Amino acid sequence: MATETTIFSPELAARFDKLVTLYPVRRSALVPMLLYAQDEVGYISKAVVAEVARRVGVLENDVVSVLSYYSMLRTQPIGKFNVQVCTNICCMLRGGNELFEHCKKRLGIGHKGTTADGVFSLEEVECIGACSWAPAVQVNYDFHENLTPESMDKVLEEYREKAQK
Amino acid sequence: MAYLTTHPDVVPVVSYRFGKGATNIDRYIELDGYKAARKAIEMGPEAVIAEMKASNLRGRGGAGFPTGMKWSFVPKQSEKPKYILVNGDESEPATCKDRLIFEHDPHSVIEGVIIAGLAVGAKMGFIYLRGEYRYLLNIMEKAIEDAYAKGFLGKNIFGSGIEFEAVSHTGAGAYEVGEESALMESLEGKRGIPRIRPPFPAVVGLYGGPTVINNAETLATVPHIIRMGGAEYAKIGTERNGGTRLFCLSGHLEKPGVYELPMGYNLKRMIYEVGGGIPGGRKLKAVVPGGSSTPVLLPEEIDIGMDFDQVGKAGSMLGSGGVVVLDETVCMVEFALRTMRFYQHESCGWCIPCREGTDWLKKSLTRVHAGGGVDKDIDNIQYLAENMLGRTFCPLGDAAAMPTIAFVKKFRKEFEDHLDGKGCPYKHSLQHEAVLA
Repeated sequence: MATETTIFSPELAARFDKLVTLYPVRRSALVPMLLYAQDEVGYISKAVVAEVARRVGVLENDVVSVLSYYSMLRTQPIGKFNVQVCTNICCMLRGGNELFEHCKKRLGIGHKGTTADGVFSLEEVECIGACSWAPAVQVNYDFHENLTPESMDKVLEEYREKAQK
Repeated sequence: MAYLTTHPDVVPVVSYRFGKGATNIDRYIELDGYKAARKAIEMGPEAVIAEMKASNLRGRGGAGFPTGMKWSFVPKQSEKPKYILVNGDESEPATCKDRLIFEHDPHSVIEGVIIAGLAVGAKMGFIYLRGEYRYLLNIMEKAIEDAYAKGFLGKNIFGSGIEFEAVSHTGAGAYEVGEESALMESLEGKRGIPRIRPPFPAVVGLYGGPTVINNAETLATVPHIIRMGGAEYAKIGTERNGGTRLFCLSGHLEKPGVYELPMGYNLKRMIYEVGGGIPGGRKLKAVVPGGSSTPVLLPEEIDIGMDFDQVGKAGSMLGSGGVVVLDETVCMVEFALRTMRFYQHESCGWCIPCREGTDWLKKSLTRVHAGGGVDKDIDNIQYLAENMLGRTFCPLGDAAAMPTIAFVKKFRKEFEDHLDGKGCPYKHSLQHEAVLA
């Protein structure tokens, strides 16, 4: 594998070389590989599908079938920071819906929308496991909990500043 | 970032290393870490299983199956390799306890996996975390690496000549994968679609080999049981319900949080004493006692002990330990609808009663909530839900149907108040036309 060309960084390629050897079958590495590839590339492009299929030893169709099942995997690029607002029951009871509405207004986009400058995407998501600290939001992989519309503004502002650096 | 909340009634067993820096392996060892695994090697498989049976530990994922019994179902002789699989795909709404374990005490999970492996003769374990828990995956990966470096994992664990390998694994967003057979499919690199049983995983599981699948909290408890002895652990809880549980209190409470309390702890006390009661002096309307799939309880039904048997007797389930408190401002139709939106979104579509049932229930509940329902809709909702029960490959169908039946039965008047163009009588209620794509 190492001698073939790769679209991934040397670090990620090395990680994948190891990952497929950890399991009794190579295919077990498929879901983690897709997620890590998405972290680096931004989305699951056709080139990602092709290379992951080749590395795991399955058909590209198999990869597409699997990736369409998992809600975190996407086939289109999105904003730099994906704001995922939970509105499931525990968050709903503590203002999750209002928080989502607030984010929509503040960012000027809707569910699965991306801001024109490409900084933010917004998504209404199902339970993220922050029920006792509701309402909660995940920005990419980072949790923000016990939020109010005011503290949400601060969170968004922090990410906006990060994007400018 | 996630933390345990304290209260005088808390009994720290699983949580006893939380907040003490136990992600560091040396600190973990200082705090009695990996003693249980060494002890289990000396005890041998049969004595370990006997100790687990004596502990009365029941699965913390939701079904409450006795752990020792589950382990004893694994055949001693097997041509195919055996596996241990940790279910850390914590996704049941209202459940946020495994997060604390991974964050504060990752080695307890690894130690639990090793002991389970010793008990059933498995040489490999997988720790599956939901994809959203990336920061926890990083913690787990580091912990596994450290355990290998110390010789606690590998070809010759603790110098005993026994081999045991552990691998951490990430999902990528799917509630359904928390179901044991879908979890195995996902780990094999496929869509998370449930398998028909029998054969059960203990006989034919991961890669076709006998497999023990336990919730993360269950396995994190195992080292404590081996260390303190099964009988001692059993004493903390109630009859047939040993030990403690991480209860996740959420919703309309002064002090929501995760608390470790003895099994059988009174639910009313949990809400009013531990959780600090309801803000603003508002009245209690309902309690969902064990995650979103468990039937709702009325205020007059909550003077019960929180163990699998007592909550079962009250007509609900202890489930995953997620206690959701609803005050008088909640529209129960909206709550039922939001619950159903979740199950409709997460249904894998493999079997028809669940795929079609959740979709029709979501549509019917949306219509009723918006005021477009007629009397017959309420009966139809109940009829649909009742006909999903027990007719699906996996429990997701039941998980969607059971709470719905309870919402309609216990709050029928509130459903009726929405009918014939009247719409939702609750002020703060949002319309659900814009559902998840």
